[in-house]
Amino acid sequence: MTATETLVPFDEALTRYDPVMGLEIHIELNTATKMFCGCPTGFGAEPNTQTCPVCLALPGALPVVNAKAVESAIRMGLALNCEIAEWCRFARKNYFYPDMPKNFQTSQYDEPIAYDGYVDVDVDGETYRIEIERAHMEEDTGKSLHVGGSTGRIQGADFSLVDYNRAGIPLIEIVTRTIEVPGDKAPAVARAYVSHVRDLIGGLGVSDVRMDQGSLRADVNLSLKPKGSSALGTRSETKNVNSFRSVERAVRFEVSRHAGILDAGGKVIQETRHFHEDTGTTSSGREKSDADDYRYFPEPDLAPVSPSREWVEELRKTLPEPPAVRRARLQADWGFSDLDMRDTIGAGALDLITATVELGTTPQAAKKWWLGEMARRANETGVDIDALGITPQQVAEIQKLIDDGRINDKLAREVFDGVIAGEGTPEEVVVARKLEVVSDDGALGAAVDRAIEADPDAAQKIRDGKQAAAGALIGAVMKEMRGQADAGRVRELIIEKLS
Amino acid sequence: MSEPAKGISRTDVAHLAGLARIDLSDAELDHLASELPAILENVAIVQRAAGDDVEAMSHPLPVNNVFREDVEVPCLTPEEALAMAPASEQQRFLVPKILGEE
Ligand SMILES: [Zn+2]
Repeated sequence: MTATETLVPFDEALTRYDPVMGLEIHIELNTATKMFCGCPTGFGAEPNTQTCPVCLALPGALPVVNAKAVESAIRMGLALNCEIAEWCRFARKNYFYPDMPKNFQTSQYDEPIAYDGYVDVDVDGETYRIEIERAHMEEDTGKSLHVGGSTGRIQGADFSLVDYNRAGIPLIEIVTRTIEVPGDKAPAVARAYVSHVRDLIGGLGVSDVRMDQGSLRADVNLSLKPKGSSALGTRSETKNVNSFRSVERAVRFEVSRHAGILDAGGKVIQETRHFHEDTGTTSSGREKSDADDYRYFPEPDLAPVSPSREWVEELRKTLPEPPAVRRARLQADWGFSDLDMRDTIGAGALDLITATVELGTTPQAAKKWWLGEMARRANETGVDIDALGITPQQVAEIQKLIDDGRINDKLAREVFDGVIAGEGTPEEVVVARKLEVVSDDGALGAAVDRAIEADPDAAQKIRDGKQAAAGALIGAVMKEMRGQADAGRVRELIIEKLS
Repeated sequence: MSEPAKGISRTDVAHLAGLARIDLSDAELDHLASELPAILENVAIVQRAAGDDVEAMSHPLPVNNVFREDVEVPCLTPEEALAMAPASEQQRFLVPKILGEE
């Protein structure tokens, strides 16, 4: 695609086309070791410190399946309402790319461990059923650092530096069937699905499900169908969209882009696309080609996986309560309205509020901070609410400071600023920024006296019994004390002094 | 998982060579285009020997569920891992840019 492509505004595109989506989610499991070898899987280790003959594909090495990864895959399959295969195999996906030293990726082909599932996601009070085609086991690839001649490191050189720490980490790929929902809902449904799967899998404890660290990665496949037609269009595959918000934006952008091409009588190319966080656009990656002939065949080095029905049923018993049941229970426990609940889920704050309430904060206070303050900040900065740098622990601590009368709501916002800026714990920020409210009568009394002196009219009204006039004096004191006065105590002092 | 082709054309050989990233000369292509069908024919004889009731074998032993516990074992040191690489830099394997990739 060239830079001259025409984009059709999203709403206008929907008057002529219906979007058809497919979503693929890759989830890195949090097992202690890799899928087929005993190398550790910790995130952020020094390059090539987590490799062995198996994951480096040295001659003679024999891979052996990690039992815990299979268990996690089955539990995920069950949570996604899938059938669990009675017998399935791994397959080699052959391709030449230096991110896999074997020249193939061990994956599953036509025998996934889990298949035919669904999840129900809520958007604007409507429930949409997303059908899951399959969830299969595979392994992650290494990380390449591309070094081009243009960087000037080596004149004219073009090469890659590869770190194989990630190669072989267990990965589950979840593939939906095609999703056809009303076009205006498509971006939100795509986002809600990814968010729902994140919560669901996070609840199983089998993955960190961190989009920002790549332990959950989403691919958005999209095509357009002219209204009234049943012929599917050519799809684009936007890879590694790494936040919920980006999933939504990627869908919107691709709808606009496809519509532009189709309106001009052009043909959409089947290709991978890269999503750009900064602009919300996608750019051409790689066209489908002969190289995508992966020549899958059953992996001869690994024995088939045949989970007994007893094992599957045992694992089913370990599943947490289904999301819909959990939501209903939490809503009742918290006394939230339907609208509160919808906002909570829409903001991706269900787990955050749950954790905050578990730490002793009231549901109302947790709601105030997460849906008021944090959702607003997330919107403004364009990041997901759980990537703001604020944890339930910190929210609970800040609310405790308010409950103890040491800060007020207004000062709490400054404490959040400080914590997000990395200035330390809420307690440390309060001390360092001197945010504690002043409630000692000496300091407050002096400020009250000055306020009375500066506004004799208001003072006279209060003496005449018009207590509402106290507001002006309280305001003056708060201003002088830069918001750090205990407003309740200030009011009491004013009334005492003027009656 | 696909049925082996009865015949194999020169184009097929060129395609396979491309997938395997093997650079073949015209003479080599001609040679293999005549050689490979003979090999496939031998395989086909074995295939005919097995009836429809015999499942294709993917593993030499009739075993399932060979698992290991999720327990760490010592890794190679980066020096050991990289000692086998023709070139390395920044504690990473240095590989040439792959033809046809972006
Ligand atoms: Zn290893």
